[in-house]
Amino acid sequence: MANTHVTKRAKYKTTIKDPGTPGTLRMTFEKILFVPHNPKSAGKLDVEFRYIKGQKHTKEGSNKPPWLNLTNNQNGIFIFEFENYSDLQECRDFVGKVLAKGGEVSEKPTVAYPDEQLSAAEMELRIKLLQEDSELQKLHKQFVLSGVLTETEFWATRKKLLDREASKKTKQRLGFKSAMISDIKPSTDGRTNKVTFNLTPEVILQIFAEKPAVHRAFLSYVPNKMSERTFWTKYFRAEYLHSTKNSIAAAAEAAEDEELAVFLKQDDILASEARKKIRRVDPTLDMEADEGDDYTHLPDHGILREGSKEMTESQNELYKRSLSQDINRHAAVVLEGRAVDVELEDTKAVAEALAQSKQKSSNKGESDGDTSRERLDRLSRMTEIEDLQGPNTLPLAPLCIKDPRDYFDSQQANALRSSGDALGEIEQIKCGLSTQEVYGSLRESISSIKAMGLKEPIVKPEVAHQVFDALTNSISNTKYHIGKNPQESVLDRLPRKTKEELLHHWTSILELLKHFWASYPITTTYLYVKVNRLKDAMSNIYPQLEEIKGSVPSELRHQVSLLVRPMHQALDAAIQHYEASMQKRSAQSGERPNGYV
Amino acid sequence: MASAPSKLYADDVSLVVVLLDTNPFFWSSSSLSFSQFLSHVLAFLNAILTLNQLNQVVVIATGYNSCDYVFDSSSDLNRSFENGRMPVMCSSLLQKLEEFLIKDEQLSKEEPEGKVKSSLFSGSLSMALCYIQRVFRSGALHPHPRILCLQGSPDGPEQYVAIMNAIFSAQRSSVPIDSCYLGSQNSAFLQQASYITGGVHHKPQNLDGLFQYLMTIFATDLHSRSFIHLPKPVGVDFRASSVFGQAQSEAASASDKKRKTPET
Repeated sequence: MANTHVTKRAKYKTTIKDPGTPGTLRMTFEKILFVPHNPKSAGKLDVEFRYIKGQKHTKEGSNKPPWLNLTNNQNGIFIFEFENYSDLQECRDFVGKVLAKGGEVSEKPTVAYPDEQLSAAEMELRIKLLQEDSELQKLHKQFVLSGVLTETEFWATRKKLLDREASKKTKQRLGFKSAMISDIKPSTDGRTNKVTFNLTPEVILQIFAEKPAVHRAFLSYVPNKMSERTFWTKYFRAEYLHSTKNSIAAAAEAAEDEELAVFLKQDDILASEARKKIRRVDPTLDMEADEGDDYTHLPDHGILREGSKEMTESQNELYKRSLSQDINRHAAVVLEGRAVDVELEDTKAVAEALAQSKQKSSNKGESDGDTSRERLDRLSRMTEIEDLQGPNTLPLAPLCIKDPRDYFDSQQANALRSSGDALGEIEQIKCGLSTQEVYGSLRESISSIKAMGLKEPIVKPEVAHQVFDALTNSISNTKYHIGKNPQESVLDRLPRKTKEELLHHWTSILELLKHFWASYPITTTYLYVKVNRLKDAMSNIYPQLEEIKGSVPSELRHQVSLLVRPMHQALDAAIQHYEASMQKRSAQSGERPNGYV
Repeated sequence: MASAPSKLYADDVSLVVVLLDTNPFFWSSSSLSFSQFLSHVLAFLNAILTLNQLNQVVVIATGYNSCDYVFDSSSDLNRSFENGRMPVMCSSLLQKLEEFLIKDEQLSKEEPEGKVKSSLFSGSLSMALCYIQRVFRSGALHPHPRILCLQGSPDGPEQYVAIMNAIFSAQRSSVPIDSCYLGSQNSAFLQQASYITGGVHHKPQNLDGLFQYLMTIFATDLHSRSFIHLPKPVGVDFRASSVFGQAQSEAASASDKKRKTPET
């Protein structure tokens, strides 16, 4: 709706009891302006919409007069009395729109990003994501709103999430309604014998799509020969005549009125389109298709009924249209889908848009010469007789499947090399013995045991005692520390609040570290500043972790400190790296020219 | 009488399938000699059979090139060897073991240097599971099966997928996999196997007392495990296979171990 302002006659009252000053109320997006008819009275009002907080109004069905009550920030009220309820409705809608828009603005993030052009869609996606994922929202609140990370940085690492959200939005185009237009009943006014048709651009688009002759007529007749109103009147007259199935009357009227005749005749555009389609049928699909198959434009689809062999009414044939034709045409158009996707404002725009799209498709379609050549190509390809072809030996690439063990062995070799484990080396050395030797030694052991029997004693009592002691001790210790169930995690034994805090700290530390390590090597001032900010945020986490440790009962404190240890380690590593790089930088800073940080 | 056998059939009847590591490359470099190991194990098997009349023991040898069933206590094929020094059961087991080793040696071919000499653990695990499936289908009355792995060889990363498959099918059939690791480093496969299937994993500190470890921890039948406390793992290594088999620095990848039990 293109209403940027609303102007209505109204009376302005400051209180309910006030009789009200008559005048003109004018509302735009920015402000409300009320000018009394009598320039001498004092009721002039000029209020900006920013200050309007809400609105109230009297109900239509009640006996009260139509009032609109606007409240502003300081709880003052402005009451406007309108002449009728439809005026009130309009103003109410307008005010509602403006207030909603104002509400939206306040939802956007408060920090201004002059360098980032965000589309409204992008903003919507981010807000939606934040609303859905509470953990993301917590992180966002913690870092972005406190200034540690900027919006761009925060969302830069989450592009995949945003893309996924964007693709979820359906990109379906709405098609036409399946209901037929001829079913659109006009509203009849019993008193004046007038019939009112309600045409929306939607309906008009559908009419033009189904009846290209009408479309052509519209483009040529309006606004040159007749006004739009006359055009539609004639159209509906033609429809009425069709519906009465009185072809004689139709012929009569057509003879009188040339334009009406256009609507009454068979649609010749349709006929030519159908013929074109027949010509384009792929003969490899349907060899029998020929001109005789073009029957959709014929009345009764060319089917001769009994008793109608006489062609006496040939001149009136032109003015007959059968239901089956209508239904088929409508179905064909609905299935084709919508060709025009634009917001439709008025009939002229609709007609032009449709004409444009048709032209585009016919241009895309091609010139006749091209299609026939293409068809001939395809024909020759499809009608190949396989038996008569030569052998079709394409050069094949040989399949090369590698032994997966190569990969694993190389990984193992890498791991071995990198671990530098002394014990591993010793074992490797010993494995240099030949296969024969090792098997031989094994078999020897078996023979020796066969000869000598089992070891006597199987196990020395001191050793057994030692082992037993150690086992019992360790079992009781672990039971004390960890609990009976090996599948149970120590996190579950902590109170819920502590567990959530720890997990949240872990995710936020990961987020910070991600950005921290991504900023190295530092090449610009922006990164330098960012790294400083991140380091400060990280140093703030230490006391928070200490706090958690302190809040937990003493028997769990050890577990918590063990859980917190890796967090400390990660943060320590990052801060160490930061300090080392700072030192290096300050050592080199003497050489650097000014401004190059 | 149908009731008499069921009366004999108490809750603590167990079927133990023992996977014996016979990788010659490991044993040639191990501090525990194979003959000492065998005496521990044989005594242990005897002890299991004495715990309950209906207990069953099956031994599968995990070789370097192949695996095979070496002993089945329920089979009648335990020929009596006239050997005063050995109980009958042991001698037949040893005989079969020797035959197995000969066959295994014949299957060996030239291997490139530097390859990790791991035994065919996945093969013997699968064989154990097949045997257990057969027991499940033998009738309504059958002992509770469990698998005991006595492994010393390092993990072979190329067997990772097969081992994980076997572990999951064991989990599905509720067959606990106990494991006793005799090597010098840690075996992540065995830890995962025991963790996932609800078995017990232990790495003995003192290999001279292996028999004591076996008796204290691994002789417990499944029913008694609900009230007998057994050693718990101190943190399971869930890393994927390609970084396998070597002693990793404990400070790395804390997030793997973090969410489970803390390191003591």
